[in-house]
Amino acid sequence: MEGQARPAGDRRVSAAGDGSARDTVLGTVRRSLGVTGREAPRRDAVEARIALARPGVVPARGQLPDAERVALFCDKAEAAAATVERVATAADVPDAVARFLRDANLPATIRMGSDPALRSLPWHATALDTAVGPSDGSDINGLSWAYGAVAESGTLVLLSGQDNPTTLNFLPDNHVVVVAARDVAGDYEAVLARVRERYGKGLMPRTLNFVTGPSRSADIEQTLILGAHGPRRLHVVVVEA
Amino acid sequence: MTIHPTSPQFKENAHAALGDRELQRALGHVRQAFIAKRAAAAEALPEFEALRDSARDIKAHTLKHLDLYIEAWEEKVTAAGGHVHFARDAEEARKAVLDICRRVGARTVTKGKSMISEEIGLNAAIEAAGLVPVETDLGEYIVQLRGEVPSHIIAPAVHLTRDQVEADFRRHHVHLDADRDISTHHSLQAEARGILRERFLAADVGITGANFLVAETGTSVIVTNEGNGDLTQLLPRVHVVLASIEKLVPTLEDVGQLLRVLARSATGQEMSVYTTLSTGPRRPEDPDGPDEYHVVLIDNGRSSMLGTSFEEMLRCIRCGACMNHCPVYHSVGGHAYGWIYPGPMGAVLTPALIGVETAGHLPNASTFCGRCESVCPVRIPLPKLMRHWREREFERHLQPATVRSGLTFWGWFATRPKLYRAATGLAMRALHVAGGARGRFASLPFAKGWTDFRDMPAPQGGTFQSQWKAKRGRPGTAA
Repeated sequence: MEGQARPAGDRRVSAAGDGSARDTVLGTVRRSLGVTGREAPRRDAVEARIALARPGVVPARGQLPDAERVALFCDKAEAAAATVERVATAADVPDAVARFLRDANLPATIRMGSDPALRSLPWHATALDTAVGPSDGSDINGLSWAYGAVAESGTLVLLSGQDNPTTLNFLPDNHVVVVAARDVAGDYEAVLARVRERYGKGLMPRTLNFVTGPSRSADIEQTLILGAHGPRRLHVVVVEA
Repeated sequence: MTIHPTSPQFKENAHAALGDRELQRALGHVRQAFIAKRAAAAEALPEFEALRDSARDIKAHTLKHLDLYIEAWEEKVTAAGGHVHFARDAEEARKAVLDICRRVGARTVTKGKSMISEEIGLNAAIEAAGLVPVETDLGEYIVQLRGEVPSHIIAPAVHLTRDQVEADFRRHHVHLDADRDISTHHSLQAEARGILRERFLAADVGITGANFLVAETGTSVIVTNEGNGDLTQLLPRVHVVLASIEKLVPTLEDVGQLLRVLARSATGQEMSVYTTLSTGPRRPEDPDGPDEYHVVLIDNGRSSMLGTSFEEMLRCIRCGACMNHCPVYHSVGGHAYGWIYPGPMGAVLTPALIGVETAGHLPNASTFCGRCESVCPVRIPLPKLMRHWREREFERHLQPATVRSGLTFWGWFATRPKLYRAATGLAMRALHVAGGARGRFASLPFAKGWTDFRDMPAPQGGTFQSQWKAKRGRPGTAA
């Protein structure tokens, strides 16, 4: 039924009858709503809504001057069981990472993507073994540079790609994430606006991860335990300048 | 292939649940875990009520324009290199998934938590096709080992105690040292992590649900705390998203509004640990991610709910707050409801999906206390919708003759106020006297269903109407 030989580039519907399924589903939706789908006011309303992408209700909590916004981010990240360290400049990051690993009795190895912001740092000044590229699941420690962060809930924003492979966010036991203080926004909307600017309206990277604290589960008797399937520890390094 | 509903046996199910000590012990965690946390999270955000209005309006607007948002979303998915498969019903949805699995020669399939996957009975179909489906959410993994379905939409194993989970792990993980210590929550979770990590890395296809589909960008959104959904969709060659049509929202900003009420309503978190926005397969420059990205967009009865009084139910974002606050759910748990969706949202949705003739007991299993509606993040009037089902049941003569004649008699009685007041006043006084010094009944004729599991409090002597009259509606001490 399905094309064994169907070319991977063929993006049309796969299974036979799919086309009619599409027509039936859309047809039933329209019949139930009492519309044809061609009504201009409805089409205009949808088009305008997508074009404008209005923010809605944005909590006042994150709308703060720079220093207080970063402080709120740190508080909220810690409330979500992340640990946070603030350093003055990016050049201080390798030391901070080495110290974090040492204090937690973790091996002095770390894997990162090819983000120049990370690669250009003075790793040679530490005793750390660094590796570059996506994780295959054998790494204990991973390092990423966050695209941004959200003060409102202590959330990191990470984008997929060569610079910061998504596997580093989930496979290593311990995840260290660097974020620049200037990239800490008050709310999700402010970060999404930056994403839209970078990729273009209506376009997205393959993966955008909002990460708020380390992995956890409360599935057994509603008892919260950290370290479910993702990282057991999340350490955030905020670079002030 | 979908699970056979036992909803017609709700009364028997509930009876068994009330007598199940292990279950009753486990259900205590629902009351303790969820209610105070949600209240604290709502309290801590001054805009929470305004966000609930916003969330309701977003979903209501989208449903009114659903055909157009589906088309806009589909165009974006396709432009990003993804594939959309429409499925009218459960069978077409299963077939779409199996076709993909067969085409890529899959053997192992990992799964993130997805209620629509339960609804369409996907695991059984995958097994029947000779493949191995592996649930990776801890709670889902546990219920899969037990051959059960989730008893809660966000806490699938909430009906189980730690002791039961330990026994299940010992029974199934026989390759591990029999003398190992897995007596703590922590050690049980660590064991599941180790076993599932291998499965994540070995899987050929990863299947997740979707909390939202974004028309603006063709993005699917999943929300998890464990990170299992991410490992499921990130590592295999193929990512398949299962989503029902009402998951559509217009823009990324709308997702922001809904996320702010979702986690707070569900677990009292401000934000779940992982909220992941996925758009298409990996790009040429990406070092990781799936080569193929598919969405199976499933109707399975939703489109017929549009334009009816049950359209409001399609706003549901599956947070679980209604069941977390439901006294009936607290008493009988999720399995008693007999199908996939339990609690108040299940009591409204299930009759719409499998028929009120099968699921008619569910909207009747409510005290109409209204707590579900009071906590619903998208303000679904659940009690009103349950009442609509009761009306339909009555109109279609689906209740037993005794119930019908009882209701008919009550209708006759209640429309004769003098007679009603005299008779109820007499009855309450009589029951008050009969209740004696204890003020409660351990057994009553015709009320065995009540007194089997708890005492019936005796009336205090006056009816509500007589007390109201005496106080002229002013609050005060009981008459």
